[in-house]
Amino acid sequence: MGPQHPSTHGVLRLKLSLEGEEITDVRPVIGYLHRGVEKLCEHRTYPMIEPLTDRLDYVAAISENLGFCGAVEKLMGVQVPPRAQHIRVVLAELQRIASHLLWLGTHALDLGAMTVFFYTFREREMILDLFEAFCGARLTYNSMRIGGLLEDLPRGWVDRVRHFVKIFPSREKEYEDLLTVNRIWMGRTKGVGILKPEDAIALGVSGPSLRGSGVDYDVRKAQPYSSYDQFPFDVPLGTNGDTYDRYVVRMEEMRQSCRIIQQALDRLPEGEVRAKVPKYIKPPAGEVYHVVESPRGEQGFHIVSTGGEMPYRMRFRSPSFVNLQALPMMCRGQLIADVVAVIGSIDIVLGDVDR
Amino acid sequence: MSQETLITRILIPAIQILIVVAVLPLLIAYLQLVERKVLGFMQVRLAPRRVGWHGLLQPIADAVKLLIKEDLVPDKSDRFLFTLAPIVTVIPALAALAVIPIAGTPFTVFGYTVQPFITDLNVALLYLLAISSLGIYGIILGGWASNSKYSLLGALRSSAQMISYEVPLGFALIGVMMLAGTASMVGIVEAQKSAHVWYVVPQIFGFFCYFISAVAETNRVPFDLPEAEAELVAGFHTEYSGMKFAFFFLAEYTNMIVVSSIATILFFGGWLRPFPNATSFDWLQNGWVFLAPLVLGAFVGWLLDQRLGTGLRFMFLGGAVGALAGFAAARADVAHLATMDLPVLSGAFWFFMKVSFFLFLYIWFRGTYPRYRYDQLMRLGWKWLIPLSILNVVATGLAVLVASPGGR
Repeated sequence: MGPQHPSTHGVLRLKLSLEGEEITDVRPVIGYLHRGVEKLCEHRTYPMIEPLTDRLDYVAAISENLGFCGAVEKLMGVQVPPRAQHIRVVLAELQRIASHLLWLGTHALDLGAMTVFFYTFREREMILDLFEAFCGARLTYNSMRIGGLLEDLPRGWVDRVRHFVKIFPSREKEYEDLLTVNRIWMGRTKGVGILKPEDAIALGVSGPSLRGSGVDYDVRKAQPYSSYDQFPFDVPLGTNGDTYDRYVVRMEEMRQSCRIIQQALDRLPEGEVRAKVPKYIKPPAGEVYHVVESPRGEQGFHIVSTGGEMPYRMRFRSPSFVNLQALPMMCRGQLIADVVAVIGSIDIVLGDVDR
Repeated sequence: MSQETLITRILIPAIQILIVVAVLPLLIAYLQLVERKVLGFMQVRLAPRRVGWHGLLQPIADAVKLLIKEDLVPDKSDRFLFTLAPIVTVIPALAALAVIPIAGTPFTVFGYTVQPFITDLNVALLYLLAISSLGIYGIILGGWASNSKYSLLGALRSSAQMISYEVPLGFALIGVMMLAGTASMVGIVEAQKSAHVWYVVPQIFGFFCYFISAVAETNRVPFDLPEAEAELVAGFHTEYSGMKFAFFFLAEYTNMIVVSSIATILFFGGWLRPFPNATSFDWLQNGWVFLAPLVLGAFVGWLLDQRLGTGLRFMFLGGAVGALAGFAAARADVAHLATMDLPVLSGAFWFFMKVSFFLFLYIWFRGTYPRYRYDQLMRLGWKWLIPLSILNVVATGLAVLVASPGGR
């Protein structure tokens, strides 16, 4: 199956071993989108690396920007002003909703429900418009700077976000009306691709895929970054670890994201959006590892610096790559049609897998 | 053979067949436009509107494109069977239309009496079942002859599905046959007329079994597994292009129309109007007197809405005004249109209204449902629909026996 297959969401190739229509083994073949980003980073100055992080998980570029900037700031010991922190949280949560909307649309499309796709893209479009107003780009944002943000929010932006947060729950209900209690949808997703919590932990699965199995681990709660520790929100958990639970978890996460955005906007402080950072960014020699909760899971950035203006070594821990490991375990004993459902439910982005 | 019999026996049916074969593709082309439009509006997008006014010429453009497209035949395919398959698929689909009556009473053209159907077989239902099963040959031949794994898998799935669902489909029809005591299409509608009830009421389970099986039989959402693009690309017609593809397409939509027509005739009284006995509803006899102003008013209102960007407010207003005007006109009956005795027209009107409703249901399903998995589809067919439809047959038989002891 693949690499040119409509429902592998990119250039993923799967070697399936079959017994009739039942799957005995799956071997993902990756690397079709390998660009050597980690090596490229060794020849770029730190500000030049941020656009590269856009291209990792191109569906959720802002989360990558946030993680990378956070890692460099940690290494340099820079304190980011609170206004920038709050805006970063708003951006990251909007990005989470946008990413989950893309996931929901394509996942439903793979299982034959076409209409949901158009509905989710209607709302995703609104978010992309917001991003465009903020930084001028719609996919690869390069939205942050080390030490904060490039510029303050454009005029009227906060009101537009408020408007979006206000209407979004009713829009989400539209998707749920089409899917959540639909018998065919339940039949296609319930009991499909079960991932047991102990297996999930052993395989290093993270993000909604892990929480769908009922493991309460969210980087935003476990190791709060930016200003996530100031906003109360719930971490939705699944019980059975099947495709349906992962679906429910992501749907609830979007609601929680709205809640976080609402709070961040309400408490948005005045002030600077960028800390005082030197023009030439030369972090001190040392190592740093910084994790953020991207829409797909735990996104880690490991930087080894020798004190120069380029990193000595850069390493990304991408959630899609790690989550993809769980695919064979989830697919064994299922039917071919279920592979499509399972791939959809772990929500991988090939740019993130191959780097 | 005298000239008289030559005309009535050969010429008139020939013209009727010609009309069906010539008009149907056009009808289907526009049915497809309607499908795209309705689906588009359900999915908050605009649907075709580049070719012609609001996309009205789109089907013509599509047809021309398909006609002048290169007729590709894959290298390793079986050329003869590859060409034969679409023909074998489309002929039974069209042949099924021969026994579909669109109205009840004959009409006169140039002094000759013409029936509103090509033929009225006394075994019409059996004929339909037999002829619709033949369509599977085309699909499996096409899949095999393409010499492509996706086509073959799609064809196998398709035929397995169609054969499985043929069984509950047949059983669901038996209930109606028992009630009507005939298998002729005209006879069944006449029986409903004399029973003063559409058979959907006593045969509600039969109807549901029939319609679900029928959707599965025509390979439409949510049973469109053979075309599951996420798994199988396009099913049995993956390798087809141009006119050959158009034939498969034609067959699929013809089957939809046939299936909807059967549902209309068997369960919804065919060309009979609603409330046949209530004389105060006599203006419904020619329902278009009432419905045409409604649609027109709603359409004008909708155009106004589009201009002014006022949502759908004027559409509803226009529809209501049109309906009131139509109602008033029908009650006052100034032009004697409402009580004008044109049984063929009013019959055809109601028949097409009902068929359109079922076709709309098809599109509605497509906008709503995800797709079944293969094993779930089979489970639904064998474990639910077949037992339910058999039970329906038994219950109907008992009821008929109790109602009229001694049998017919």
